[in-house]
Amino acid sequence: MLENEALNTDNAPLRNIYRFGENAEIALSTHDLHVFYGDNEALSEGDLEFERYKITSLIGASGSGKSTFLRSLNRMNDNVATVKGQIMYRGIDINSKEVDVYEMRRHIGMVFQRPNPFAKSIKDNITFALKQRGMRDKNKLEEIVETSLKQAALWDQVKDDLGKSALALSGGQQQRLVIARAIAMKPDILLLDEPASALDPISTSQIEDTLLELKEKYTIVIVTHNMQQAARISDYTAFFHMGKAIEYDETRKIFTRPKVKLTNDYISGNFG
Amino acid sequence: MNAKLTNKIATAVLYLIAGLVILLLAGLLGFILFNGVPHLSWHFLTSPSLAFQAGGGIEFQLFNSIYLLFITMIISFPIALGAGIYLNEYAKQNIFTTIIRTAIEILSSLPSVVVGLFGFLLVVVKLQLGFSILSGAIALTIFNLPLLTRSVEGSLKSIPDLQREAGAALGLSKWETVIHVIFPAALPSIVTGVVLSAGRVFGEAAALIYTAGQSAPALDFTDWNPFNAASPLNLMRPAETLAVHIWKINSEGIQPDAAQVSAGASAVLIIAVLIFNISARWIGKALYKRLTSAR
Repeated sequence: MLENEALNTDNAPLRNIYRFGENAEIALSTHDLHVFYGDNEALSEGDLEFERYKITSLIGASGSGKSTFLRSLNRMNDNVATVKGQIMYRGIDINSKEVDVYEMRRHIGMVFQRPNPFAKSIKDNITFALKQRGMRDKNKLEEIVETSLKQAALWDQVKDDLGKSALALSGGQQQRLVIARAIAMKPDILLLDEPASALDPISTSQIEDTLLELKEKYTIVIVTHNMQQAARISDYTAFFHMGKAIEYDETRKIFTRPKVKLTNDYISGNFG
Repeated sequence: MNAKLTNKIATAVLYLIAGLVILLLAGLLGFILFNGVPHLSWHFLTSPSLAFQAGGGIEFQLFNSIYLLFITMIISFPIALGAGIYLNEYAKQNIFTTIIRTAIEILSSLPSVVVGLFGFLLVVVKLQLGFSILSGAIALTIFNLPLLTRSVEGSLKSIPDLQREAGAALGLSKWETVIHVIFPAALPSIVTGVVLSAGRVFGEAAALIYTAGQSAPALDFTDWNPFNAASPLNLMRPAETLAVHIWKINSEGIQPDAAQVSAGASAVLIIAVLIFNISARWIGKALYKRLTSAR
């Protein structure tokens, strides 16, 4: 997966050039991003850089374009929206034709608002995509099941019935299973679209703890409606309004001394 | 009138209507079973029908019905599955798919006797397949396909898009997601749809009169070579089914016990359809349990 390796080989096949490069200081960046739903421009200005091993929150009112922005970061909007501009990941624009979208999504995973485990056992939920990618080694698979469930802080609750249906878990457990499933693919970046908004406060705080532990190894971008949550867990915060990234800074600056009046209005609850 | 009273009256009326429907169905079912069951015996099920004497059974007709159903399902299920997957997972909303959907809708409300006559002209006469199991199966496929396709499509549609997004976010292709996530999740409901349509096919008569034929030549149950004329597996032999047999006896039967044979055969038909319906629920539930909580 190393860029140098591919580029230094003179007779390497062309497609190797499009292999993703090294995991750099800036894990992901967008330049002049525009997203259209039909003729409707949902996002008109998105120039952001996401630092590696940090949590970045995207906040803003409903319809501000933050979810649209997040979903374009791993091309989940492919069939519904048109994306213009660049999304650079390891030296490559992920929207370029040469990028294998399926491989890219294994690098940039996503967790959704509502828990969506497969109608399979807990274990199969995690191993399924790995098996699809050709991993057959049983010990290895079991090891991954254990480590990813541990990372998602779910292992102790489910280790005795991994064969049980994932649908039998509670909402909070399902969401952590989904996180475990995403990190089992060993992505670089984890995108989360309001992962706790459908959960109770206890599950929410468990998810937050999980995310704080995960940032040791993953770059996390999270959309949230909950400003306390953004303040609690994120290193950086971007404020979106009317399809534009209005302000982007360290979280404590955004929440204590925002530079833009609009941001101040939003975080102090004057609108949104 | 206050809200409470209105609600009471509405509830009572709805109960009455539901009760009426149940009464009607139970009456019909009871009548057929009450008349037919006394004539059922092992002998009735396992002896050939007789044209002129009393004491004939429904052996060949029963076998023909089951065999024809089997062949029909083998032909129609893969097509319906493919069409259903295409329509729900791949098809974009455009004129082409609108035409397909409209065509399916029209086909599904086509009277079965029209399907039968179409099958007769095309398959029996033009393609020269004669009155045969194969002709009957093709006619039944035309009859069954639209409903089965819609049932498959509906089953797939009931799986939330969240599951598709989950697959995509893990870097699975659409095909992988459809085959390994969506299809297994929809399988219980697909199977229910298949078994229910099997019940409909099993009881179909009009589409078969001019395609599978109205005669049930003797079968040799020791001969399993499908190319022999008397083999039960032979696809090119005429095959009167149970439903056609009932129609035939009632319209031109000259057996002294025609009424009893007809009642008995009807009871067998109804019981078979009941078994299909009950097992559809049961299989669907069992499959769902099994698939959602793996070993």
